[in-house]
Amino acid sequence: MLTLERVGAAYGLSRVLSEISLSVGRGELVTLLGRNGAGKSTLLRTIAGLHPAAAGRVIFAGADITGLVPYERARRGIGYVPQGRGIFPHLTVRENLRLGLAARFGRGEGRNARLPDHVFDLFPVLARLSERKGGLLSGGEQQQLAIARALATKPALLLLDEPTEGLQPSIVQDIQAALKRIRRELNVAMLLVEQYLDFAWSVADRFYVIQRGSMATEGNTRERAADTVAHLLSV
Amino acid sequence: MTDYALLAGQLFNGVSVASILLLAALGLALSFGLMRVINMAHGEMLMVGGYLSFLTYRLAPARLGFGLALIAAFVGAAAFGALLELVLIRRLYGRPLDTLLATWGVSLALQQAARSIFGAIGVEVTAPKWLAGSFTVKGGLMAGFNLPYVRLFIIALAVFVLGGVWLFIQRTRLGLYVRAVHQDREMAEALGVNTGLVDLVIFALGTGVAGLAGSVLAFIAPVTPTVGQSYIVYAFLVVILGGLGSLLGTLLAAAVVGLFSAGAQIFTSVSFADVLLLMFVIGFIQFRPSGIFAARGRALEEG
Repeated sequence: MLTLERVGAAYGLSRVLSEISLSVGRGELVTLLGRNGAGKSTLLRTIAGLHPAAAGRVIFAGADITGLVPYERARRGIGYVPQGRGIFPHLTVRENLRLGLAARFGRGEGRNARLPDHVFDLFPVLARLSERKGGLLSGGEQQQLAIARALATKPALLLLDEPTEGLQPSIVQDIQAALKRIRRELNVAMLLVEQYLDFAWSVADRFYVIQRGSMATEGNTRERAADTVAHLLSV
Repeated sequence: MTDYALLAGQLFNGVSVASILLLAALGLALSFGLMRVINMAHGEMLMVGGYLSFLTYRLAPARLGFGLALIAAFVGAAAFGALLELVLIRRLYGRPLDTLLATWGVSLALQQAARSIFGAIGVEVTAPKWLAGSFTVKGGLMAGFNLPYVRLFIIALAVFVLGGVWLFIQRTRLGLYVRAVHQDREMAEALGVNTGLVDLVIFALGTGVAGLAGSVLAFIAPVTPTVGQSYIVYAFLVVILGGLGSLLGTLLAAAVVGLFSAGAQIFTSVSFADVLLLMFVIGFIQFRPSGIFAARGRALEEG
């Protein structure tokens, strides 16, 4: 589904990622771990096209998309849930969700591009709040909206940047359940950037750990215990 | 003419000037709100609209001339704006000073081109007969109060255009994209919105509306190569006063500037009224630097 081949990225002259290679299979949930500032968010932004790759190739669904602009990547099926959620504060929940259809209109789906039922099925709270402005939602509601909006694009791959950040434990559980259902029922592949090791291990099939911009280790969450990578994440 | 009629007449003039300012400033407010671009050649879009109206009147059959002139002014100025965005502004994105300088250059070039083609002296466009007359109050307190039809038409057109732009932004899919790009350009793009296309459409819409302003302006004053210059300063004042990117702010600010000018002219000369207006705006932005409505990222859906 997604393959990165020796991808590098920089901010000006300062190199933040080098020689990153990873892959996410169809319907697979892969987590990307690392300390603050390791370059995880930059890597997701590079895959979404929001940050230029200084080196290497990004291959998605068999095509080299390294040179494509973000909206073209979204139209090909890359959904992005950014850190901080990226909710449009002055648009209503419904309008935020409708923006998720932009990729599908661009894909030529036209009138078929309606909000999928599973969006409200997965996050029933959004149906109740549909006329409320995005900026007035709680953090947990915003996070659910951000994921639902990305799902409205009918992605084949979902990029999730710290979806549990700053949320109370009960909401974290809801998000966890939703991610499991998305994977099981919709067969959407996911690349999840996460700080909480336990959460990551509870949902992911495989993991990668980035350290100072380079790949430190990788493995299968069923075969390796979370403890074995904990030292790479502690400050 | 009674004092009441004089006062009402100035008030009416103020509203009429405000309508033209609204049409002239709308595009500036929209394109700055969305793209952070200041287009110094925006005034010349009024001029382009004016000359296109003039040409359409000369070439088209008399009965269709009026409607065709408005359409030609809007479409022509919008097409010119689209070209400007594609060729110049898009390439200078994120370089506001360069954009300012480049569009100023375009402004000078357009003025000179108009001078070379049409001459330095203005060309006249005669309003159709049904717009030529006026309504005058005969007796009573308001005796002598005169309402020229052409000015009534300009006010109606401004209301119509403002309503149209509002509906476009609030009710259409593209309008939703515009509001989204205005609030968070990067996120909109990550969801599949072609932000370059949104910029292009808004820029062209803004210049098209300015062309429309130029077209109706031609009914009340000759079209000259510098006609845009005489309105653009006021249009900028409207945008600064209203809050960049805010439709409602632009409407209110156009009303304030139009009425302030017309009101001041009752007591003093036109030049000194301008001085007072500038002092008022300078004073106002001391207290509200972001204008009537603080715009950044929240303006369009409030308008």
